[in-house]
Amino acid sequence: MPPVILRVKEAPTGVPLEAESISPDLFADRSREEIEALPVAFGNESRRLGDFFQVEGERSDQIEVDGSIPRVKWVGSGMTRGRVVIHGDVGMHVGAYMRGGEIIVEGNAADFLGVEMEAGLIRVRGNAGHRVGAAYRGSKFGMRGGIILIEGDVGHEVGAYMRRGLVVIKGNAEDFLGARMAAGTICLFGQAGLRTGGGMQKGMIVCMHPVELLPTFLYDCSYSPTFLRILFKGLRHLGVQVTPEQASGLYRRYHGDLAEIGKGEILIPA
Amino acid sequence: MEINGVPIDQTYAEAFTMYASRVLITAINLRWALEAARSMAGFGTSVIGCGCEVGIEGAEPEETPDDRPGVSVLLFAPSKKAVQEQLIKRIGQSVMTSPTSACYNDLEAEDRLSVGGKLRFFGDGFQISKRLEPPIIGNGSRPRRFWRIPVMDGEFVVEDRFGVQKGVAGGNFLLLGKDLPGTLQAAERAVEAMRQVKGVIMPFPGGIVRSGSKVGSRYKFLSASTNTAFCPSLRRQAQSELPEGVGAVLEVVIDGLTPEAVAEATRVGVRAACGPGIVKISAGNYGGKLGKHQFHLHQLLSS
Repeated sequence: MPPVILRVKEAPTGVPLEAESISPDLFADRSREEIEALPVAFGNESRRLGDFFQVEGERSDQIEVDGSIPRVKWVGSGMTRGRVVIHGDVGMHVGAYMRGGEIIVEGNAADFLGVEMEAGLIRVRGNAGHRVGAAYRGSKFGMRGGIILIEGDVGHEVGAYMRRGLVVIKGNAEDFLGARMAAGTICLFGQAGLRTGGGMQKGMIVCMHPVELLPTFLYDCSYSPTFLRILFKGLRHLGVQVTPEQASGLYRRYHGDLAEIGKGEILIPA
Repeated sequence: MEINGVPIDQTYAEAFTMYASRVLITAINLRWALEAARSMAGFGTSVIGCGCEVGIEGAEPEETPDDRPGVSVLLFAPSKKAVQEQLIKRIGQSVMTSPTSACYNDLEAEDRLSVGGKLRFFGDGFQISKRLEPPIIGNGSRPRRFWRIPVMDGEFVVEDRFGVQKGVAGGNFLLLGKDLPGTLQAAERAVEAMRQVKGVIMPFPGGIVRSGSKVGSRYKFLSASTNTAFCPSLRRQAQSELPEGVGAVLEVVIDGLTPEAVAEATRVGVRAACGPGIVKISAGNYGGKLGKHQFHLHQLLSS
């Protein structure tokens, strides 16, 4: 099935474009004309997708965006299948509420990437902003499933309130990584910021570099968790290079946050 | 029909449908994976007395979820519920207790049984669930849930659910030999060759059984008794099926995930067994009245 290609005609620069309609679910059964007619919100105006993108192809759940669209929001939000590839940067809320399929961002992604997603895979070759895989303000839980892989750095509060799923960050993370997480797994290969795991109830954060922990985390022991072998083997399937030493080595286990129920764990190589 | 000068009886092995699971046990090294597997397979020779039939699959797993050395165990029982009960008991008592072990489902099947989901309570509230989804995890497109149960050497990882499917139990062939040493050697050759076949176990000690049974007995309380027709010492006292010159009989019983696997194991085993000292190869059946599967020796060996 050849992909539908969106070529940027008029990239928004000031006012962002809200484009929930860039979704495989909506493209799969539509002709080129129907895709061009899909609605997008440009400020307080309702416009057509075709006003901003030249559409090539039709009736496909494979979408490719040819070019950077840093002011375009909500791409692939709520999608359940197919694949979206963005050959450049993309704006906020990409893959929010996603329930399946795959999003690949070849450049950088802005804030709220994969927020409250339930399933699927998001891969960002560059950096991502704040609150990746987290919850929207007022929501009880963040991502409930799925996998987010960031090859660069991320901002604050990544994985905050997450309930299930996996976030892998090959670069560095800013403050409050996994704050108030209820479950799930975060794997950070770079350096963590302040207050990692603050308020976490359950869940696992693996930090491959030393991290300054809150006093509400207690050291338990150094051991080789069998589960990390399974996890790291899986990461290799995603193209993440994990050394045998990282997979089978000793980890210092801390549990916390004792200001909450304290059943979360942070693992740091010994 | 003859193979290497050994006549093959024109008969068939009669086998039954049982439910089967495949368990993959890993550990720090092969020695400890085998220790756990042997313990799990212990007292699992015959469903008549053991509640299930269990054995270590000869073909080694190509890869394991945690990249440690692993051993594959097949378990057969009469119902899905019985499979579940036996898995919980045997993994709980024999695998979880074994140092450094982990235990995974190794059978992709439509039906799945909660096993780790029951064993997790051993964690006394400190157990941790981890769910991994494709594409990070292999084994088809289903997400896999693992339980991390804290134990004294670290953590015991066990998969939440184990696949169960219909299998075949009770495939067999009989080696009729001149004397016991030669017959035993032939049976050993057969079992060694059969262990290369994937998806089968030979659940008796060393893969060989010397106390083959017939249905019923003269005692009302006993449902099975010694196979008088194949006991050399009863040749003149009971109806015998032993030709002259037979001094010992050994049986190889085969359980497999599919009829094809049992057929292949039978074919490989009989061919390996045929040699000096063997008078005839035969097979056990109940006249086709009890088992769903029939493995005709001539048909298998001519293919």
